[in-house]
Amino acid sequence: MIELKNINKSFNGRHITQNVSCTFERGQTSLIIGESGSGKTVLLKCIVGLTEPDTGEVLFDGKDALKMNAKEKQNLRKEIGMLFQGGALFDSKTVEENITFPLAMFTEMSEKEQKERAQFCLSRVNLKDAGNLYPSELSGGMKKRVAIARAIAPNPKYLFCDEPNSGLDPKTSILIDKLIKEITDEFQMTTIVITHDMNSVMEIGEKVVFICNNQKWWEGTNKTILNTDNKELNDFIYVSKFLKELKDKNKS
Amino acid sequence: MFNRFFFHIGRYFSMLQRVLTVPGKWSVFKKELFHEIDSLGLTSLPIVAIISLFMGAVITIQAAFGFTSAWVPLYAVGYTTRDSVILEFSPTIISLILAGKVGSNIASEIGTMRITEQIDALEIMGVNSRSFLILPKIVACMFINPFLILISMFLGIAGGWLLGTFAGVVSTYQYVYGIQYQFNSFNITYALIKTVVFAFIIASVSAYHGYYTEGGALEVGRSSTKAVVYCSILILVFNFILTQLLLS
Repeated sequence: MIELKNINKSFNGRHITQNVSCTFERGQTSLIIGESGSGKTVLLKCIVGLTEPDTGEVLFDGKDALKMNAKEKQNLRKEIGMLFQGGALFDSKTVEENITFPLAMFTEMSEKEQKERAQFCLSRVNLKDAGNLYPSELSGGMKKRVAIARAIAPNPKYLFCDEPNSGLDPKTSILIDKLIKEITDEFQMTTIVITHDMNSVMEIGEKVVFICNNQKWWEGTNKTILNTDNKELNDFIYVSKFLKELKDKNKS
Repeated sequence: MFNRFFFHIGRYFSMLQRVLTVPGKWSVFKKELFHEIDSLGLTSLPIVAIISLFMGAVITIQAAFGFTSAWVPLYAVGYTTRDSVILEFSPTIISLILAGKVGSNIASEIGTMRITEQIDALEIMGVNSRSFLILPKIVACMFINPFLILISMFLGIAGGWLLGTFAGVVSTYQYVYGIQYQFNSFNITYALIKTVVFAFIIASVSAYHGYYTEGGALEVGRSSTKAVVYCSILILVFNFILTQLLLS
């Protein structure tokens, strides 16, 4: 479980994240949604420790990550898997080397065991035969899937995904969403996904947090989000004419 | 301006403090080190060889052209070529060329990793990204550059002999006599000390500029250019300091 308490972060006097508090349960896929520039990615960076919040607490199973010493922080990071927006695969390494990298760094696994684990993770993301390819030889969707395979290779307790669907077609987006959900259920991880894709919200949003004006504006699930009275959230969801008409039709 | 200067100095040494740590896993470090020796050192061999051969030849011809007086023996051509190549040309000029080739390579590689979030990915995994990325490059450069410089010395002197005799400005006997005349082996030690210091400058300063790249492709290009410029200036400054310390 991950708990955020009053997270504040500002850059050059400009508030990016203000008093954000919420809880993300284990075995649940939680989505943080909001407009571009609303502070979602900064919030995620505060959670994973790439940016230190000005004030607040980030509790991983009750332990405040901001008060941990270097050793504890390093141990915590070994339990974190992250899927970056662009995949962030290491260009100079093959797909298999990308996946075995965290295993080679932090486990005592033999090379054979590492390769077996890589094959398992690749088969889990339906890329069994891509082990010898380089990232430059992969499509956008394949890169995302390899990044997921790399993230789950060390068996993490926490999975973070920064806009996993950006730049993907709707069909591949749904595939990635389903994969994230399946993996979360299978490995009982605490998963947080940053997105502004409403398809993802409806597909996997067991918990949804809406960030607006750098604050937590709304919290609910994919079942309650479409019926909310929250004006800002409605403006965000029903931004297109098509969806507005669909909503009005449903009402009448 | 001074604030920015001290800011960069402070950040550079703070980076070095994180770089110069015991590697997390020796087997991974060894693999990275051999990879860097190959990509930073061995791939530089052709350019070093070509430049050394021709520079040695040019030094020989220029020396022969200058020594027209009957009072200067012709073996002075070999003597001059040897000392020019060993003392200055190979360690300093080749290091400046390596600053351009290797320095821009390091800065752009690490800079690209920064803007494509690969460094963030390393940090998230719990890897000390500075040490993992930069330490193998520093060690590889400090290990392989002295060999490159020794090869450069040999080829520079050989180039002088080849083209000097081919052009008919000096005979083989006079040239060989000249390169053996009053040979001081400390000159080689001096050149190699300089090379190791320059190698450290090339790898660490370039890595610094790459590691702290912010922005996009344009900034990666700028970091790469800055790395070459600062490496070149520092090589010239340290060349003066080391020469003063070791030869005066």
